[in-house]
Amino acid sequence: MATAIGSKLRFGVVIFPGSNCDTDAWHALHDQMGAPVEYIWHQETDVSGYDCIILPGGFSYGDYLRTGAVARFSPVMKAVAEFAERGGLVLGICNGFQILCEAGMVPGAMMRNAGLKFVCKCVHIRVETTDTPFTRAMKKGAVLRIPIAHGEGNYYCDEATLTELKRSDRIVFRYCTPGGEITTEANPNGALDNIAGICNAGRNVLGMMPHPERSSDPILGSADGRLVWESLIGGQS
Amino acid sequence: MAKARVIITLKKTIMDAQGQTIENALHNLGYRGAQNIRMGKYVEMDLNGGPKAELEKQLDAMCRQLLANPIIEDFTFEIEEG
Amino acid sequence: MWRELGLSDSEFERIVRTVGREPTPTELAMFSVEWSEHCGYPRSRPLLGLFPTEGKYASRAQGEDAGGIEVAPNLTVLFKMESHNHPSQVEPFQGAATGVGGIIRDIFTMGARPIAVLDSLRFGELDQPRARYLMKGVVNGISFYGNCLGVPTVGGELRFEDAYRGNCLVNVMALGVVESDKIATSRATGAGNPVIIVGNSTGRDGIGGASILASHEFGEGEEKRPTVQIGDPFTEKCLIEACLEALKTGAVVGMKDMGAAGITCTTCEMSAAGGHGMDVELQKVPRREPGMEPWELMMSESQERMLLVAQKGREDEVIGVFRKWGLNAVIFGQVTDDGVLRVRDNGEIVAEVDAQALASPPTYELPWEEPAYYREAQAADLSTLPLPKDMAAVLRDLLASPNIASAEWVYQQYDHMVQTNTVVAPGGDAAVLQLKGYRQGIAVTTDGNGRYCYLDPYMGAQLVLAEATRNLVCVGAEPAGVTDCLNFGNPEKPDRFWQFRRCVEGLADACRFFELPVVSGNVSFYNETSDAAVYPTPVLGVVGVLDDVRKHCTSGFKQAGDAILLLGETHEDLGGTEYLKRNHRMVTGRPPALNLDAEKKVQAACLEAIRVGLAASAHDCSDGGLAVTLAESCIYGGLGAEITLPASESKLRLDARLFGESPSRIVLSAAPDKVKQIEAIAKKFDAPVTTLGKVGGDRVLISAEGKQVAAIAVAEMEGIWRSAIRELVEQ
Repeated sequence: MATAIGSKLRFGVVIFPGSNCDTDAWHALHDQMGAPVEYIWHQETDVSGYDCIILPGGFSYGDYLRTGAVARFSPVMKAVAEFAERGGLVLGICNGFQILCEAGMVPGAMMRNAGLKFVCKCVHIRVETTDTPFTRAMKKGAVLRIPIAHGEGNYYCDEATLTELKRSDRIVFRYCTPGGEITTEANPNGALDNIAGICNAGRNVLGMMPHPERSSDPILGSADGRLVWESLIGGQS
Repeated sequence: MAKARVIITLKKTIMDAQGQTIENALHNLGYRGAQNIRMGKYVEMDLNGGPKAELEKQLDAMCRQLLANPIIEDFTFEIEEG
Repeated sequence: MWRELGLSDSEFERIVRTVGREPTPTELAMFSVEWSEHCGYPRSRPLLGLFPTEGKYASRAQGEDAGGIEVAPNLTVLFKMESHNHPSQVEPFQGAATGVGGIIRDIFTMGARPIAVLDSLRFGELDQPRARYLMKGVVNGISFYGNCLGVPTVGGELRFEDAYRGNCLVNVMALGVVESDKIATSRATGAGNPVIIVGNSTGRDGIGGASILASHEFGEGEEKRPTVQIGDPFTEKCLIEACLEALKTGAVVGMKDMGAAGITCTTCEMSAAGGHGMDVELQKVPRREPGMEPWELMMSESQERMLLVAQKGREDEVIGVFRKWGLNAVIFGQVTDDGVLRVRDNGEIVAEVDAQALASPPTYELPWEEPAYYREAQAADLSTLPLPKDMAAVLRDLLASPNIASAEWVYQQYDHMVQTNTVVAPGGDAAVLQLKGYRQGIAVTTDGNGRYCYLDPYMGAQLVLAEATRNLVCVGAEPAGVTDCLNFGNPEKPDRFWQFRRCVEGLADACRFFELPVVSGNVSFYNETSDAAVYPTPVLGVVGVLDDVRKHCTSGFKQAGDAILLLGETHEDLGGTEYLKRNHRMVTGRPPALNLDAEKKVQAACLEAIRVGLAASAHDCSDGGLAVTLAESCIYGGLGAEITLPASESKLRLDARLFGESPSRIVLSAAPDKVKQIEAIAKKFDAPVTTLGKVGGDRVLISAEGKQVAAIAVAEMEGIWRSAIRELVEQ
């Protein structure tokens, strides 16, 4: 992980059959941040050439059976798990977060939105910790405006896990009001404790439901998502 | 050749929004006797590869690995030898 | 047997003459689908020839599955709209889902990456449980399929009229981008070239479905209710990637997607278009059900299948791409040079037909007759209509009308942001999309008005085009091309055919006036039940071009103190309006009178004002009239407005000034120091312009001749307008 700080971070965006937001992530990194980024086909077993791997949003394998349930067995995921164990950075966005949960790389599971409908809109999330490579350029307690688009973002974990997540400061984003309050109204999908993003114990794997790649270009309405890339790249662009 | 049937349900402790919606809809249709509705998944398959005990082991592994998510789901199955 | 398949006696005789003998059962099935209204357009083709195919922007890909216009050097936007009315009425979820799938295939079959979808939906009134059931199913279906594909649904329409009670309308439009010199075609050429079927296996889905459903009315017993088509968006997503990748190899000669009439349609039309023939072997077609007969394989409408012709010797390259994406790809025939479509099943020839002949259904000139209701409606006298006392109450009520209220309950179920091109999202006058790597952008809208077209088909169709183009101009785009989806009743009834004829004529004349080509389209007939026919409903999808996508405009007021201006003029136009229907429970009168010149001038002035950066907001007047336009601009901007209706209108009825639907009107807002320049622009284009008032406060306050006419808090209006649809649908 030490290699990442201060150097040109090399990004890889995995493409599973059914991934949709791979090109969006590629464009955000390439066009908006000028970062080196390549696609990684899901059959690939060697991911050594990257510093940060992104599991993008979409409907891998159509979300059939359970979202992320099949993608987690793709050949590339074994390599990604080993990569993470060695300290490599992994960011799972939306479907990517769902895949990380199924793969056990972050705890918990994702269920259908409590309202049972797919929801696409801009929401506000609060930065709960800046002690991760994904949020260190942010301010603790800051409110970001970022889009969500999912039908299964209802995060669940058991009590013991939730206690541990809180104790170890691993809840990274929570859904909130524009003013930064954690309320039921601000929760778009019923997720436990308004959880929108969490990291693993090593703090090098982050799963988040909102889409930072959709708020990296000001012309699209909000550029708050850039802070994720800026945190990772360490201010280089 | 055996036929296997798997039923996957949400753990009892988890709120079942779909089940709740179905219950409301049935009540609106007048079926107020229907209570505690839970919705699950049903998977059926032809299963080959050994005696029943062996097939049961396999199916159990299939459920744990793929068909059910043990964090939020329980499963039961039955195998009918052909 | 031919009658069961929907063929007339004369058609059967013609088939016998064409084939030179009694046709085989397989041949008969093939003719019945290829010559059906849905595939062959026998009844509409003559009139469709009236549409102009050229305009200011260069047209591309004429005669293919979709057409388009060139929006930047060597960059073409292809687009098309299609209906899936009857399948959605039968099974709303799958009907709508497969509708999305079908129209998207028409786009990527031409080598274009699908970039957006719009849906134009019409149901019966929402107090009916069936209408709610259909609406929920349709929205779910579109959400299910479109979201999974990763194509954003960026706009659409939601309309409710009793006329659609027995027959909902589900029209879906898709757009794609492709480099102009890389547009793929569907011509089968090169004798010996392999014919390949890719995608999902073939089953009994929808046999006779889209083709036959769309060619007959719904009878009492709904006997023609076959298995519906079932959609698989995951496979289609893989197909998109595989087809675009296969085209890049350069080894693909032609490609066509299988929609209605599946294998029959594609083999026949690819052959005819290429001036060649095909020899295919059905036993090689991957199937998902046992014991399928040749005619079933030829008629099946199983989804997510494509037909490709590859270069001989390079078929493995092409097949390899499909295998990579986990898709079937099987060679099942070859191109021949005798122009004959020859179908074999296990060696036996089951069909042998001249491809051109099969692809050329007879055309019919149907009789038409102006109906009595039309003359009555035209003569209706609305001058004695009672004038409401409480205009604020009328406005509140209109904001709660599902034809006017916010559609966010619907579009928040659609991913409208995927692909990160959506600059102006659903809810505005039109969607605006950026084209990465280009300065230009595009805007797109769908519009229709069944009520206007019912009351006056010719004028109604023109009003629809005027409204659609006006919507584009309000976001800063110049209208460039049109696709149409023409929804009508049974054309064999003279009054319905009169409606069709007059709508097409009105549309053709208006397109010619605005120099807009109709690049693609779809006709859906037989939208009626024993109860009633739908309103004649031509729906238009219009695409516009922004020279610089950053110079777009939105409809909400921006800043307190901004001036509010009206471009255009209000007349006494109450016929066919939402206000007349909702408040007076009448659908009658002449629709608002459209002056094409006046429309053109107002649009030109608005576009210029936006292009030079003078307009802070622009919103066109349509359903509900000026009062609703102002209310929406207030709601979007979170700001109130103080309005004085123009003194020049003092002789008009007050309800017409507030809620009348005169066309060619746009409400602009601008910083006070920009007003003079806007007025100069209006003068330059000879467009009327009046100052209405200014932005400010937290209420909309409307006065006329010194008297306050309506005052409502913006927050209250927003509450009504945002929650109306949800409350109606979820009751």
